Amino acid sequence: MPALSQSIAVARTRPSVRKGPSRGLDAVFRTCSYGAALIVLLLLGGILGSIVYGGWPAFREFGFGFLTSSAWNIGTEQYGALVAVLGTVASAFLALLIGVPVSLGIAIFLTQLCPGWARKPVAMTIELLAAVPSIIYGMWGLFVFAPLFARFVQIPVSNVVEGLPIVGTLLYARVPSGVGVLTAGVILAIMIVPFIASIARDMLDQIPTVLRESAYGIGCTTWEVVRHVLVPQAAVSIIGAIMLGLGRALGETMAVTFVVGNANRLSASIFDPSSTIASRIANEFNEADGLQLNALMALGCLLFIITFIVLIVARLLTRRVQAA
Amino acid sequence: MDATTTPAMTPARAGRVRPARRIADRILRVSCTLATVIGAVVLGSILIMLIVEGIRGFSPALFSQPTPGPGSEGGGIANAILGSLVLTTIGIVVATPIGVMAGTYLAEYGRASKLADVIRFLNDILLSAPSILIGLFVYTLMVRPMGTYSGWAGGVALAIIAIPVIVRTTEDMLRLVPGTLREAGAALGAPSSVVITSVTWRAASAGIVTGIILALARIAGETAPLLFTALNNNSWFSANLMGGVANLPVMIYQFALSPYPNWQGLAWAGALLITGTILALSIIARLVIKPQRSR
Repeated sequence: MPALSQSIAVARTRPSVRKGPSRGLDAVFRTCSYGAALIVLLLLGGILGSIVYGGWPAFREFGFGFLTSSAWNIGTEQYGALVAVLGTVASAFLALLIGVPVSLGIAIFLTQLCPGWARKPVAMTIELLAAVPSIIYGMWGLFVFAPLFARFVQIPVSNVVEGLPIVGTLLYARVPSGVGVLTAGVILAIMIVPFIASIARDMLDQIPTVLRESAYGIGCTTWEVVRHVLVPQAAVSIIGAIMLGLGRALGETMAVTFVVGNANRLSASIFDPSSTIASRIANEFNEADGLQLNALMALGCLLFIITFIVLIVARLLTRRVQAA
Repeated sequence: MDATTTPAMTPARAGRVRPARRIADRILRVSCTLATVIGAVVLGSILIMLIVEGIRGFSPALFSQPTPGPGSEGGGIANAILGSLVLTTIGIVVATPIGVMAGTYLAEYGRASKLADVIRFLNDILLSAPSILIGLFVYTLMVRPMGTYSGWAGGVALAIIAIPVIVRTTEDMLRLVPGTLREAGAALGAPSSVVITSVTWRAASAGIVTGIILALARIAGETAPLLFTALNNNSWFSANLMGGVANLPVMIYQFALSPYPNWQGLAWAGALLITGTILALSIIARLVIKPQRSR
């Protein structure tokens, strides 16, 4: 708009008759909004800075061994991140394994199969799942899901696989209490489903109807339309949505603290209790001091690095498609 | 569903579609529907659990008495309810001006500039950052220097979680306002701040309010960042908010995992209360945004 800005410039050079007080406020308002935007920038830097600062003594003390040691001994002050990092990665991986098919199923149901009148209520139900606080998922997991899981999955499966190679160690519960890495994975899956599903649904909705109609027009079944038309179109952004869900699963704290069992033990079985980074911090931070506090901060630092790499990749993937 | 593959049905129902294609299609339809049913069943199961366990704890004492000591009978969660109200109010009061102004910068001033791009990107990351890390940040920033847990620290932690939500919705909503409205305002000789406050903000007000309600719903149930900042307290908190401040999420966390039936009952009642409030807020946010979308 060169004409508009020119005319404004002309108007400004003339002595203005009515010069309201708002001219001075204009600069103040602009500065305020600039300052508020910078606060957002500072927050992220502050979070990283404070965690690195807090965790530095532990990194200095244990060096690279902090990553590879499975010790977590408050008495001897030996701390290692291995169990918590593996627990975090394993539970998040299980969450994706369970959650991704379910969320894509929901997205496809909502965009392709659901009758018109039911779309809104069903979509609302799924999105309300995202609003439930994580601590409620934790209680549901511990008091409703875990007992059922122990009775109908852990005990029967353990009885069958006992003594077998590989599956015998992977799926054997020493104490079938219902809590453990797999339980945490299931709860995390339930928590990330609404996120992935609603983003995937938006992406599927953005695909031009013409594409879908032409596919149906040459006689494709719904499966073929989904497999050969919709999925290739939305693939990148759906992967972005999945990464976003992964970021949430890695950092989720309260729900996991309830159901992961909070044990510091290296175990090959996904039925056994373990810890995640977030659950360990939540459990021990308030009673910790000295080196233990630093070690917990260092764990937080690792969590920061892991989740932020995942989130950056997720945002880059979802962004590219939005821009195109 | 395998019954449909019997040859008798093939010519009549499906024409020349090969059985393999039809089976694949059926499997997709059934599994997608099943996935949605699972989602609805889980939500239903959570709500039923909360209502069944929580309703028993509802009594006048719940809203009038503070949390009882370990193992003792009676008591309520009035201090936790009040504490949660105070903490979320601090959070929203701090976050709203910062969030709305930052969103305004991104949508009105910064737009396509490099800085705005960077801030937009970092804000999106902050939006999904693990809330426990924000708790650690505020602990280092406020609790350690002040030497005590405080309601202020809790409020600030909640504000940091609310800010990205408000920034994002404010920017999105301001971008929906047609540029012609801004030009009309500018043509009348109004400076940009007046155009923004009395034209653009007004046009987008429903959306901005929705963002604030969504942020409220998000922080009302946050537990992890409060563990290290506001902590919890079994009595009425002091007026200056120093020391632990009782709040619903941490109370629920501690009481639900305690061995005392009375505490567990109170935790369930609190859980029902907080989930009901948050679900109501989410539904209200949707209703507010509706007229905007249909336009």
